[in-house]
Amino acid sequence: MKIDKELIERVAKVSRLNLKEEEKESFVKDFKDVLEVFSKIGKVKTDNLDLSVQPVKFENVFREDKVEKSLNEKEVFKNTELKEKGFFKGPKIL
Amino acid sequence: MKTREFLQEAKDLNKKYNFFITINEKAEDGIPISVKDNICTKGLKTTAGSRILENYEPVFDATVIEKAKKSKYVVVGKTGMDEFGFGSFSTNCAYEIPKNPLDNTRSCGGSSGGGAGYTYASKLSNSSIGESTGGSISCPAAFCSVVGITPTYGLVSRYGLIDYANSLDKIGTFGKSVKDAVKLLNVISGYDEKDSTSIKKGKENYEKYLGKDIKKFKVGVIKEFSNGEGINLEVEKDFWDGVKKLESNGVKCKEVSFKLSDLVLPVYYVIAMCEASTNLAKYCGIRYGMTKELKGTFNEYFSSVRESYFGKEAKRRILLGTFMRMAGYRDAYYIKALKLRSLITQEYKKLFKEFDVLLTPTMPILPPKFSEIEKLNPVENYMCDILTTGPNLSGLPMISVPVKKNRAVGMHFIADHLQENKIISIGDYYERVR
Repeated sequence: MKIDKELIERVAKVSRLNLKEEEKESFVKDFKDVLEVFSKIGKVKTDNLDLSVQPVKFENVFREDKVEKSLNEKEVFKNTELKEKGFFKGPKIL
Repeated sequence: MKTREFLQEAKDLNKKYNFFITINEKAEDGIPISVKDNICTKGLKTTAGSRILENYEPVFDATVIEKAKKSKYVVVGKTGMDEFGFGSFSTNCAYEIPKNPLDNTRSCGGSSGGGAGYTYASKLSNSSIGESTGGSISCPAAFCSVVGITPTYGLVSRYGLIDYANSLDKIGTFGKSVKDAVKLLNVISGYDEKDSTSIKKGKENYEKYLGKDIKKFKVGVIKEFSNGEGINLEVEKDFWDGVKKLESNGVKCKEVSFKLSDLVLPVYYVIAMCEASTNLAKYCGIRYGMTKELKGTFNEYFSSVRESYFGKEAKRRILLGTFMRMAGYRDAYYIKALKLRSLITQEYKKLFKEFDVLLTPTMPILPPKFSEIEKLNPVENYMCDILTTGPNLSGLPMISVPVKKNRAVGMHFIADHLQENKIISIGDYYERVR
C-alpha cells in the first residue's frame, strides 16, 4: 500500500473533511508512522476468534412499542440557527 | 454547601489552573462536584473540548447527572479535556489547557484532566465525574495524585455521554480518597434502559467494600508493565516501594507475565479510531454545534464546517479511523483488532483464575512539562497509554491510587468484570497502609 498525498485526499473526501495542503503533507507522515505501529497486529493468527464488538457480552433488550414523551419543537431547534417553519435548513440540492 | 462559596473557589482556582471550560453560574446549594465536559448537562454548555460544540447547550441531562442531582449533588462546572477525549495530557483542548496543581508547568494528564486537577486542588469538592476510553480517568488521577475509578464497561449508563468510542467509553469517578470516589460511584451506577449496553443487575452498595482485610488476596504484578524499558526510573522505584508496602502488610504479590503486552496498544488504537471516525460523522453543522453560511452542496458544506471546527488530533483520528474501515483495509485493521480484543480478554481471564487483582504502575512517566509535550509526535503521544489501554480495551474495572500522598505516581489495580468489590477493597487497603 502506497501512503501518499492521493491516499490522504481520497480518505479525506470519504470523511467529508477539507484539508489544507500543509495538513495533507503532515498526515502522510503521520499515516506512515502510525500504521507501522498498527501493522504489528497483522502478525498474530486470529482464525478461530470471535469479533468482540463489545468487551462484555450483552443480550438484546426489548421493550413495548408505545408512544413516550419526547423533545418538543422548541427543544429540538434550540441549538441551531439553521431552521425555518419547523424544518432544519440545509444547502440547496439543485 | 452554599453556592457562593464553591463558585468563588472554582473561579479563583480557574484563574490559576484552567480546570473548567464552563463554570455553572446557576448552581444551587448542594454537594459540589465537577463534571467532564463531554457529559450532557441541561442548559449548561457542553463542548467536549471541541470548537465544533462551542455553542452547544443540551436540552437534557445525562443519566449520571439526573442521578447525581437526585442525591443532592450540584454541578460546579464542566471540566477541561482533550477534544472528544483524544489525548493523554488535556493539551488537545480547544479552550484553555488545565495545569497540574502539583506543578503548574506540567500536565494534569488526560483526557479528563480538569476534573482530576480540581478534585486535588479544591477544599470544598471531594469528587468528580470523569470518563475513560483508554485511560482517561486513571492517567489524570495518577498525575494529579487523586483516586480514579473506572468501572466495568456497562456498569454506569452512557446515556448523554458524547461518544468517543462506544465499545470503550466508561463514565467513572475521581475522589480525594477511595471513599470519596466510591460514594459517587454508588450514586451514578446502575442499569439504565436508555443505554442498550447497560448491564442488567441489581444496585450494589460499594461502600461496604471499604475497610476490609484483604490479606487473602493474590496480587499479580504484570512484569512487562512494571520494569525496565519505557518505565521512568522514579516511577519504577515508587511503584516497587508500593508493592513492598503491600507485601509487608501481609498481601501476597507475585510477578506474572502478560503474553500479549505488545499488542494491547495497537489493538486499542485501531478500535478507538475506527469507532471515533464513525461517531464524529454526526458533526455536520446543521442541527446543533457550529454552523457556517450555507454554501455549495451538502458534502461541500459538511466538509467545510468540519475543516473549520475540528482540531488537528480529531482530524487525524477521523482520517486514520476512516481509512482502517475502508474496503480493502477493513479486515486487516478493524476486524483483526476486534478479534484480537477477544484474545486479549481471554488472556486477562486466564490470569484472573490465579489472581484476584492485577497490578501495574498507572502511567509509565511522571506528568510531563508542557514544553516536553509539544515535542512529542503522534506515536510518542500514543505510547504513553501503554499501561492503561489493556484493561480499558477489555472493559475491566480499575482503580488508580496515589503511591503516596501528594505524589504524581499511581498504583493501578485491575480486576475481572464486575469485581468492583476487589479494586475498591485493595485500593482502600493500600491507601491505609501506604
